[in-house]
Amino acid sequence: MAEVTGTGRVKRGMAEMLKGGVIMDVVNAEQAKIAEDAGAVAVMALERVPADIRAQGGVARMSDPDMIEKIQAAVSIPVMAKARIGHFVEARVLESLGVDYIDESEVLTPADYENHIDKFDFTVPFVCGATNLGEALRRINEGAAMIRSKGEAGTGDVSNAMQHMRKIGGEIRRLSSLREDELYVAAKELQAPYDLVKEVAQTGKLPVVLFTAGGIATPADAALMMSMGADGVFIGSGIFKSGNPAQRAAACVKATTFWDDPKVIADASRGLGEAMVGINVADLPAPHRLAERGW
Amino acid sequence: MKVGVLALQGDVREHINSLFDCGVEAVAVRRASEIQSVDALVLPGGESTTISQLSEVFGVYQLIKERIASGMPVYGSCAGMILLAEEILDAKVGQKSFGGLEIAVRRNAFGRQIDSFESDIEFADGSTDLMKAVFIRAPWVERVSDSVQILASVDSHPVAVRSKTALATSFHPELSGDDRIHRYFIEQVARPALEKVK
Repeated sequence: MAEVTGTGRVKRGMAEMLKGGVIMDVVNAEQAKIAEDAGAVAVMALERVPADIRAQGGVARMSDPDMIEKIQAAVSIPVMAKARIGHFVEARVLESLGVDYIDESEVLTPADYENHIDKFDFTVPFVCGATNLGEALRRINEGAAMIRSKGEAGTGDVSNAMQHMRKIGGEIRRLSSLREDELYVAAKELQAPYDLVKEVAQTGKLPVVLFTAGGIATPADAALMMSMGADGVFIGSGIFKSGNPAQRAAACVKATTFWDDPKVIADASRGLGEAMVGINVADLPAPHRLAERGW
Repeated sequence: MKVGVLALQGDVREHINSLFDCGVEAVAVRRASEIQSVDALVLPGGESTTISQLSEVFGVYQLIKERIASGMPVYGSCAGMILLAEEILDAKVGQKSFGGLEIAVRRNAFGRQIDSFESDIEFADGSTDLMKAVFIRAPWVERVSDSVQILASVDSHPVAVRSKTALATSFHPELSGDDRIHRYFIEQVARPALEKVK
């Protein structure tokens, strides 16, 4: 009865268990407990939420292991953590801490501007960001077991998340409409491996779970993303940069479950206090746009 | 037979597909009226703390608990097993279960995600064929009462158990593309229980 760890099924399966849920960014054990109590399916442990990384600038890196371990000790739900794009040593460190998922994230400053991490080489599963289908399939080809649309983190502006979900969904629908002999050129155009392109064309969906992220700040934002076909939602700065994090977190969880019921979303949206102030993505100078990191 | 899959959070679609493969009508259920309308219920894999909390927030906790207590056939995988346990070990403070199975279940007993594994196990449904089982941050059963029968174990920890009307597995048959567990639930648990009621 051999027990095999780190298989594709176990890695992708873990993401399946998060579906219909909200994963929340937290920077300490206290926030992690608030997130767990609000019904989060997992927390993302990081040192600064994207809004602060944006405000403070500088190089953003993997979090302090002490801080991650404190969060692991504080909650019983899965704990994820971020490594820089291409920084396979940060990823090894996070794996050794026993985090449940690694986000190879454009929110941190990339360590390698050409290569991403070879994610097949790890037992711990990875989630990666994508702005379009080709990018998603390239990450899956490197071993990502879960994809999230990138959006523009730390803005509270949902427009980029919307754009990326429409783009990924639209490209999947287009593939499904092609003749089989047209998929070779489609693979070339998407800059993605033919086998994955063919699989998506046949099944009409990504081979892994697709969450959405970046700029989600309200229950209605979360429900909007679910309506666009997301399997679940990451909320970063939107919760703990708002007036009443505990209540807003619980409200976003409710709206994610009943994304198709406007009455539930209306109830969840009542009296939440101030949402994060936010920044319009259009006002961000191009070099400050995180979604453009990764390729 | 109409089987509901509790759709507050988790891998609902996979369970519905497995139930379809067994030839039964399967629907996602979230609201009280939907839960009332089914003959049997599946509690999917997911995050047990989230599912039990949402069941309270949306006012279906008591309904599910009562329907299970009154003998509605129910199957739970992983988080679903935790939700069926009378006692949860390593629970979040205040975490509630629906109950229905007289077992004590330890959450995340096999460890964190890096310890998640696949294994070929024996399952006591009369077949000697091994079954592919997928364990993800999986719980195990630590104690059972006399009303509970152990159907499978890993390293001497029970990972599949049943009573007259309830079935629970630590692993995820809905992920392995093998409908043996779902078929067992329909044919050996749900159908006999429902026929008795008639």
